[in-house]
Parts: sequence; structure tokens; C-alpha cells
Amino acid sequence: MKTIMQLALGTAVALGVGLSGAMTTVAQAEDSNYVPLLTYRTGPFAASGIHIANGMHDYLKMLNERDGGIGGVKLELEECETGYNAQKGVECYEATKGKGALVYNPYSTGITLQLIPKAGVDKIPVLSMGYGLSAAADGSVFPWVFNVPDTYWDGASVVIKYIGEQEGGLENLKGKKIGYIFLDAGYGREPIPLLEQLAEKYGFELLQYPVGVKEMQNQSSQWLNVRRDRPDYMVMWGWGAMNPTAIKEAVKIRFPMNKFIGVWWSAGDDDAAAGGDGAKGYKAMNFSGVGSDFPALDDIKKHVVDAGLSSTDAGTIGGTLYNRGVLNSVIIAEGIRTAQELTGKKVITGEDMRMGLEALNLDEARLEELGLKGFAHPMKVTCEDHAGSHPVFIQEWDGKTWRQASGWIEPMTDLVRPMLEKAAAEYAEKNAPWPARTEPCPN
Amino acid sequence: MLYDIFIDPFVQMYEMPDFFLQVLWEGFVAGILYALIALGFVLIFKASGVFNFAQGIMVVFAGLTLVGLHENGVPAYVALLLTIGVMGVLAYGVERVVMRPLVNQPDIILLMATIGLTYFLIGFGEFVFGGEPKQMITEELGLPTGSTAFEFGERGLVILQHIDIAAAVIAVIMVASLGIFFNKTRIGRALRAVADDHQAALSVGISLNQIWAIVWFAAGLVALATGIMWGARSDVSFALEIVAFKALPVLILGGFTSIPGAIVGGLIIGFGEKIGELYWGGLVGGGIESWLAYIIALIFLLFRPQGLFGERIIERI
Repeated sequence: MKTIMQLALGTAVALGVGLSGAMTTVAQAEDSNYVPLLTYRTGPFAASGIHIANGMHDYLKMLNERDGGIGGVKLELEECETGYNAQKGVECYEATKGKGALVYNPYSTGITLQLIPKAGVDKIPVLSMGYGLSAAADGSVFPWVFNVPDTYWDGASVVIKYIGEQEGGLENLKGKKIGYIFLDAGYGREPIPLLEQLAEKYGFELLQYPVGVKEMQNQSSQWLNVRRDRPDYMVMWGWGAMNPTAIKEAVKIRFPMNKFIGVWWSAGDDDAAAGGDGAKGYKAMNFSGVGSDFPALDDIKKHVVDAGLSSTDAGTIGGTLYNRGVLNSVIIAEGIRTAQELTGKKVITGEDMRMGLEALNLDEARLEELGLKGFAHPMKVTCEDHAGSHPVFIQEWDGKTWRQASGWIEPMTDLVRPMLEKAAAEYAEKNAPWPARTEPCPN
Repeated sequence: MLYDIFIDPFVQMYEMPDFFLQVLWEGFVAGILYALIALGFVLIFKASGVFNFAQGIMVVFAGLTLVGLHENGVPAYVALLLTIGVMGVLAYGVERVVMRPLVNQPDIILLMATIGLTYFLIGFGEFVFGGEPKQMITEELGLPTGSTAFEFGERGLVILQHIDIAAAVIAVIMVASLGIFFNKTRIGRALRAVADDHQAALSVGISLNQIWAIVWFAAGLVALATGIMWGARSDVSFALEIVAFKALPVLILGGFTSIPGAIVGGLIIGFGEKIGELYWGGLVGGGIESWLAYIIALIFLLFRPQGLFGERIIERI
């Protein structure tokens, strides 16, 4: 009996320690807005996740410190470690949704897919900024999911458009080979339907190179295949440890780096730096600011990082993924602010937040007001279009830092939008009875 | 279809001999690296019958300690020596805290203990070094970096990375040293005695505790060498722990108790998965590497259930 008691006590202590480690305890106050942050600072994807988590946390924390929150109401922030694991992500969701969560940012397509059916039931929107289910851009089918500023299909169309520009026109892609190396998970497989459609339309051959999670740091086979197939361009949809390894392997087989283009999640500073001098010329799409020369980032440094309220290393402020995390929190903050304006309430609910996100209008004037002039392309969400298919630019690694290598490139919305709508209808059919939209449109 | 399976791959090998050579080289390097990881498992299994689930995280932990010390201003070679010391302390700690209290417990209990050790090292490693990946200090350790290209005809090219050559040399030195250690030294012979029969070894005055600490230390050194080599090819991050489980099919194939088995098994898996992926993978959409190694191992097991070099177990009832 004594042993059983000891075991029970030990288990209780271990569980207590585990839970307190996994989630920073917050006291949900009635005069605050609660924002859970699903992050991953550990595991195989921590290399990317840490910077995103820091950026997200620091911007919202800065609003608390500098402005006393949003609309005079403090934000209660709580991080929950998912390890990029769908099961843990759902556990985080279930553990935090009852605390008055306003919005979820899963930072994993796998977790996003799990949360999409729950969002409408629990009345808490999911913001998958530039990732997740592309079809969720159709607000008439997915009123609770937002993937502003772009879907993966938008991104895939931009990269093909850019390659077309390099070749002197999309018509010149006929007969070319474009390789697609991707994390063999929901995330990496997401743009394949669009790439296949574009391959058919423009006559290029799409060569696919899947990289399993277990093979992220062991990609020599994939790159030997690339060497043999001799694609004219390589496109990458990588994340975490996959990115630096892929860039190193590309350097190793002497693939021309100026013809190697990553999605916006393969655009980390550490990713490119891993390739050393050989990585010069590597390109990636981006939709958030390059560098730290923005007044809002100065405020983050002053009010949060220098004040010791963050785990961010000051030298990483302005990195691509850090800035991406900041942009994510800008959208959250603007969603809250808009919801407060629409409802007249200071402390809002998930339903209010959904309306705030649906009425989001981050124009140039507002970006400047936020101290983020030029940090992102102006973005607007409508009830029909929850992504907006906003322009994206290409950045290039010069061996030390990223520099902008193109102007803003519009996605091929004429092609993407009908596909999104078709995919959304198919999703609803497969998941019948999928609820018809009854939510009011704030626009 | 039959042509694609039985003829075309060989035609490709004939028509692009330089590429085939490159595939063989990559298979050899992968095999050597798998063998290095497998060695760590074999050492501990041989001495204690424990499948050390923590071997993968030991690779990460050793690599992170080395780079972490250097990042804090410790010169590379001093950091290397200190890391060896840390692995020694870890081995002593594991023997005292994990192994000693569990003597004579069923193997499954010891396996669970190493799973616990894995999670402890993950948490401790992340606490001390953070979760961010680190660049291996390849040049600072005097390891070669560049590459040498051999050109054949107009388009033929075989590229050998110097770090891969170094990995092969280090692996050979390591295996030779372990071979001498096991066969020619008093401690090595004691270790083999423990591996054969714990109680018989105890009865002739061999200290189990000492042997276990030594063998965990040796596994720690192998983990350090593996961490340096894998880290130089990609980076040192917690994702490396996953790669370590590539050693499982190697162990199934080579046997859990044989050092030559780890080497031969590693090479068979390395060559097999690269050739399979490059010449037959395309038939099923690629990405077959992760499971092909297990298929190869299972095919071998059909004929030698104890593995290529494993000891045949005969139990009389």
C-alpha cells in the first residue's frame, strides 16, 4: 500500500510539474482578452518555431507594456507547447479553449486540419496565417477559419509566375522541368494539386521529391535524384530541420542556387546561413518585412526584450521568421481592435473576434500608424475571401542576410480562386453534414 | 512495368556510371554513419542486455555540449576534451542512478528506464542549450570541409565531400580501437564475460558496476563521434535524435551483440536504401528510403533470425 501511495504521489507531482512546465499559468481576468499561443520551442521543428513564437509573443507583450493592451484592455498571453505534433496541438486547444480563448494560431497544417471542424462548434476562430487548408479561404464555407494574407495555392502560383518571368514568360515554361521538394506531411502536400494544374496548363514537367520527417536531416537520396533529373528550377516547401539540410545538399550537388526557391516558411536566416557561401543566391518567397528598421520593432526591443520580458535574443529581431511571428500578432491585434470597434465591447469573445478578423482592413495608413510602414503589403479580408490572395515578393540570400529581389507579385487568382471554391465544396461534401454559413457578415 | 523493374535500373547504371559511382559513395557514407550509431546500441546491449533507447539523444547531447562549450568561448579542442569528460560523468551517473538500482530487473524495466533517460536528456539539453539548431564546429576541430570532384567525359562527375571521407576514416579507427579494446585488454575481456553471463562474471570477481560505467562511457564516445559527423552534414539539433533510429534496421540485420555486424549491417542498409531509392523508388513515387531499410532487414531475418552476426540462441526445454 505504501508503494502504491508513493507511486500515486510521484505521479501527481510529475503531472503537476509537467503541466506547469507546458503552460504558463495565467489567471483569466474578466477585464482582459485571453490569447493562447500554440507554439513549439522544442523538438525537430524548434529551429523554425522558436523565432515565430518569439515574434508572436513579443509584439503582443509590447502592446501590453507600451499601450496597456488593446483598447485599454490588457492581453492575457499563454503559450502552450505543441512540438508541431497534431495530438499535442489538440490537447493544447482543449486545455485552453475554456478560458475564453479569442483565436488559435496552430502553426502547423496538421493541427489546423484538426481544429477546423472544432472552430465553428466552439465559436473560436482559427487563424492559419499563410498556411493550413488552402480551401479555407472560402469564407462562405469556412466562416471560422482565416488564412490571410495567402494560401499555399497562392504561393505556388506566385513561384511559378516568378519562374515564368525569369524565363521570359509563362509560355516559355513548356518543356521545362520544375522540381518540388517537400516535407512529406499535410503541409508539403498541400500545394501539389495546384502545381499539377499549372504543370498541365503551362506544359512543364513537375518532379516531386518527398522528404519524410525521419529523413529531414538525411536528404542525400532526394538530392541525388535531383542531380540525375536535372530540373531547371527547384521549389521547396520545407520546415524545421529540413530547410538547412536541403540547402546544404543543394550546395553539395552544385545546384544553381539562383534557381532554388523556397516557400515563405523556408526563408529563415538560419536556414540559408547553414549553406555557407555556397548558399548565396538562394531565394524564398516572403510577405513580411525584411530587417529590423521599423519603429514597432524598436518598441519591442525597448519595452520587451531590453526589459527582460522575453526569451528573444536581441540579435534575432528582424529575422525573417521573427518578423513573420510579429505580423501574425499584428493581425491578431488588429482583429481584436476591429472587433472592439464593431461591438463596442472592450472584452470580446471568440465570436466577436471572428467578426473582427472578417472585417480586417490593414491598409497602408494603418501600417504606418502601427510603426510598420512597408512591413507587409496592405491586406483586407472579406466575408467571401478569408485569405485575400495578397501579393508576395521574392527575397534573396546574399551570404549574410536577405535582400528583397523582386517587387510584389500577384498570385494567379483567376486560376486559384475557382480551385479554392471547388475544393471548399468538396471538403464540405466529404465532411457532411457540414454546417451552412449562418454567421452574419460584418462588412 | 517488368522492364522498369528488371531492366531499366541496370540500363541506367550502365549508361551513367559516374552517377552510379556517386550513389555507391553516398550509400557507403550513409552506411558508415548508420554503423556508427548502431555501434553505440551494440556496446550497451552487449554488456547489459539493455536496448538503450537513449542512444539517439546521447548523440544530440554530445554534439550540443561540444558546440555549446565552444560558443561560450572554450577553444574547440578543449571543448572536445570537456565533452568527453561530460560523457564520462553521464556514464557514471547512469550507472549509479539508473542501472545499479535496477540490477536483476526484467529487461523491459531497463528499457523503460532508458526511455525515461531519453526524456530527461531532451529536457535537460533544451534547458541548457535551448532548442535552436547549432552549426557544428567542423573547421575549428580541424576536420576537412570542401569537396573534390572527379570528372568523367563530358558530363560525368563524382563529388566526394571531404567530411564524408573523414567520417569513413574516423569510423574505421573507432571500430579498430573498439576491436582491440574488446579483444586485447583485461577490461575488454571482462566486458565480454559480463555479456556472456552476469552471474558467472560476478563469481570470478568482475565488477558489474565498473563494467557498465565503462561501456556507457564508450557508447558516449561513439555518440560524440556520431554527433560530430552527422552535425557536420546538416546541423546539431534535436531532430538528429530521429535519425538515430535509422540504426534499428541495422541492428536487426547485423545482430544486437556484434560490432562487425553493426558495420556490415550499416553498409548493407546504406547501399541498399540508396540504390533502392535512386533506381526503384521512382516506380512508387519516391520516398521509400524510410521503410526500405526495414524490408531489407526483414528479408535477411527470414534466413538468419538472429541477424547476420548475432548469436544463435538455443534453449532446451
